[in-house]
Amino acid sequence: MAALPLKRRQFLFGVSAFAGGMLSGLPEIKAQSATAEVTAWVAISPDDTVTIRVARSDMGQGIFTALPMLVAEELECDWAKVRAEYADTNENIARDKPWGDMVTSTSISVRASQEYLRQAGAQAREMLIAEAAARWNVAPGQCNAQNSIVTHGATGRTFSFGQLAAAAARRPIPEGVKLKDPSQWRLLGTSAARLEARPKVFGEPIFATDVDLPGMLHAAVRTCPTIGGRVVAFDRAAIADRPGVRHVVQVGGDAVAVVADTWRQAKAAVEALPVSWDESLGAGVSNDTLRTMFREGIADPAAAIGHRVGAVDSSLRDAAQVIDVEYEAPFLAHATMEPQVCAAQVTADRIDLWAPTQNGEGTTTTIARVMQRDASQIYVHKLQLGGGFGRRGLAQDWARQAVQIAAQVPGVPIRMVWSREEDFTHDYYRPMVLARHTAGFDANGRLLGWKIRISGSSIAASLAPFWLRNGVDNALMDGFSEEDMPYAIENFEVGVARRDSHIPVGFWRGVNLSQNGWFREAFIDEIAVQRRMDPYLFRREMLAGNPRAIATLDAAAKLAGWGEASEGRHQGIAIVEGDNAWCAQVAEIAVIDGRLQVHRISCAVDPNFVVHPDITMQQIEGGIVQGLAAALYGQITIEDGRVQQTNFHNYRYLRMNEMPVVDVALVPALGRYGDRWGGIGETGLPPLAPALTNAIYAATGKRLRSLPISNHDLRV
Amino acid sequence: MPILKVNGSPHDIDLPEDTPLLWVLRDELGLLGTRYGCGAALCGCCTVHADGKALRSCVATLADVADEEITTIEGLGTPQTPHPVQTAWLEIDVAQCGYCQSGQMMQAAALLREIPRPTNADIDAAMSGNLCRCGTYNRVRAAIHRAAELV
Repeated sequence: MAALPLKRRQFLFGVSAFAGGMLSGLPEIKAQSATAEVTAWVAISPDDTVTIRVARSDMGQGIFTALPMLVAEELECDWAKVRAEYADTNENIARDKPWGDMVTSTSISVRASQEYLRQAGAQAREMLIAEAAARWNVAPGQCNAQNSIVTHGATGRTFSFGQLAAAAARRPIPEGVKLKDPSQWRLLGTSAARLEARPKVFGEPIFATDVDLPGMLHAAVRTCPTIGGRVVAFDRAAIADRPGVRHVVQVGGDAVAVVADTWRQAKAAVEALPVSWDESLGAGVSNDTLRTMFREGIADPAAAIGHRVGAVDSSLRDAAQVIDVEYEAPFLAHATMEPQVCAAQVTADRIDLWAPTQNGEGTTTTIARVMQRDASQIYVHKLQLGGGFGRRGLAQDWARQAVQIAAQVPGVPIRMVWSREEDFTHDYYRPMVLARHTAGFDANGRLLGWKIRISGSSIAASLAPFWLRNGVDNALMDGFSEEDMPYAIENFEVGVARRDSHIPVGFWRGVNLSQNGWFREAFIDEIAVQRRMDPYLFRREMLAGNPRAIATLDAAAKLAGWGEASEGRHQGIAIVEGDNAWCAQVAEIAVIDGRLQVHRISCAVDPNFVVHPDITMQQIEGGIVQGLAAALYGQITIEDGRVQQTNFHNYRYLRMNEMPVVDVALVPALGRYGDRWGGIGETGLPPLAPALTNAIYAATGKRLRSLPISNHDLRV
Repeated sequence: MPILKVNGSPHDIDLPEDTPLLWVLRDELGLLGTRYGCGAALCGCCTVHADGKALRSCVATLADVADEEITTIEGLGTPQTPHPVQTAWLEIDVAQCGYCQSGQMMQAAALLREIPRPTNADIDAAMSGNLCRCGTYNRVRAAIHRAAELV
């Protein structure tokens, strides 16, 4: 891939319009008046401080460390002198994308930008070397850079990066600099000191929740409790005299907001505001009505076929035995620890947002469209995100609301915070999806054919219609498609009939693999039972042509001590590839008097290359916890158009006393099976639910075909 | 006018007695490290100390904490003089998104004050009210054991 075109300029960091460093995301960045922008990615101060720009968003996945490491590896700078800051969203658009794509989703940040980030580091290094060589009047090839110092090999003369940066910045940017072979890496592959850790430990104001602007007012929102409902009227006068209340406004067609001196005042007032709603659209809609619609979809003969091998229908006709079962995965909430929040200020010539966005450009384009402004007038200041998990990417409802409120109080900065109740009841939920498996077996339990029909609501239709192909959302078949169905099966067919509703659905860690991984790996166990084979050995047999998958599966089985669980303990196994990373897990559990205890999760993961082993482990651990919480308890249910879950008492999440031992083994292939880098943000989640329900089957003989597990009686 | 003592300093607070402490800290005193997560003592994000004991500041009112010494994350330690819990948190790299971590550390510091060498069962009992959506629990546990060594 060619390096991104870089347009250069001298940039003085001291003239930032946003004081205190907080709004650039990290408080420890100090203004440096003589800092030289060597390239768009790398700025170096006379004291050798290296500032590396980060285009993606940090929501706890360590991007503020991992992406600078990619640059620093080739730059040959002293890691102790590196600082990270967000690349400016407005400038990225104005300068024709010197920082490339800003999307932070689908575990893409490292795998999509690793090559141009390493190239950016190499380019800046070559410019520093060229400047030193010119000063010494020697060939650049006689010089080398290491630890933020350029040395002339023959004479031992040196310049620090800080001494060279201002002049180096005026040199041409070299194209296509040769990158190091992974075997030469010194920084990549180490658990280097985290650049974003300290502010989180000392309670520094790094989140949008903490944005405090001069003259700022506070907004609390109330969206119609029935999803899709509309505001008919509200009685402004009834709350106008409450303490602190400044403005009572409508927000779009479906919400009202109060702007007050403090958020607490705004929240109390908006809750007391008499509002009449038109709730007719959602009336009568429930999980039951949606299930009926999805079942009709599953039976739809016009399903779009995503992948077909052999002749599945005739194989089913010839079968001695047929299994025909339905699986159901529920709606799930993101429940980011920081509820939806955004600060905004709207004036005649610009709109500023202080946003915990997973996609700075997406926020820009949404606001430009909603407010009918040119994108050049939108200034999105990114903060550290108090959790993302997919909530803050393509779904920009929170940014839209903040701006729609601020636009009605022009010139005044307003920070909008959703209550936890708003957050649970107005999410873009992980879709509820049904899958029907029909599999035929011969008299010996050997699989003859396997047919899958999936029906559920399409995330693409909800948030990215341009991803649909002839109306088909192929992503609803992730895990079963030609590219990612790892098992060799003679007669196989997957089809989808999407059925959309007005319930908003969105990207949730793992996305469609979060349910399809379970659909597939749980049913693979059902197939193994027919063969009377061990589920691990059965998978090994079915994966015969895929040494990378087998290596990951073997690593998990070995880590777990597969088949060696102590008396009363039972194991389940699953393997899912996501974002070109393989992940296998073994759950070890006990079920005593119907009570499930999850003792240990053993996980092997192969992301091909590893930037920072400890961050990788953290991400896998996080995926396991999120997957476990969802499998055990997670469900958003709809009754008469309203979401029933409102806070953490009725949307249960995993707690400390429920934590199993989690062991993670990193088994990176290091390019043995190809050069594509894998993502790790979501990879740890999909195998968890099937490993767990497979273990429950081993323990109880009960095959759980709907989630969460807490809906089931596990007493034998 | 009620006086509230926070991180060693007294403050005159001109607010109704039923005001939750969280909003006094954040809105009146500008102590932004204590965070709103649920407003109902369900998640522990807002945990502070009152006379050294862990307290959910989103439901505790000014009246509840009259005469008590409040400590927030800003008063627990600083980068120059970190509390052992903060040192251990950095050593083990506990935080992911970080939003709940002020509350986690305040809860952990209160535990260590009461039980200097907590067992895993002690940690379960003390920490299970503090949610972490990123799933840092096992690192929180390891960091508490490490902090116990550092105290």
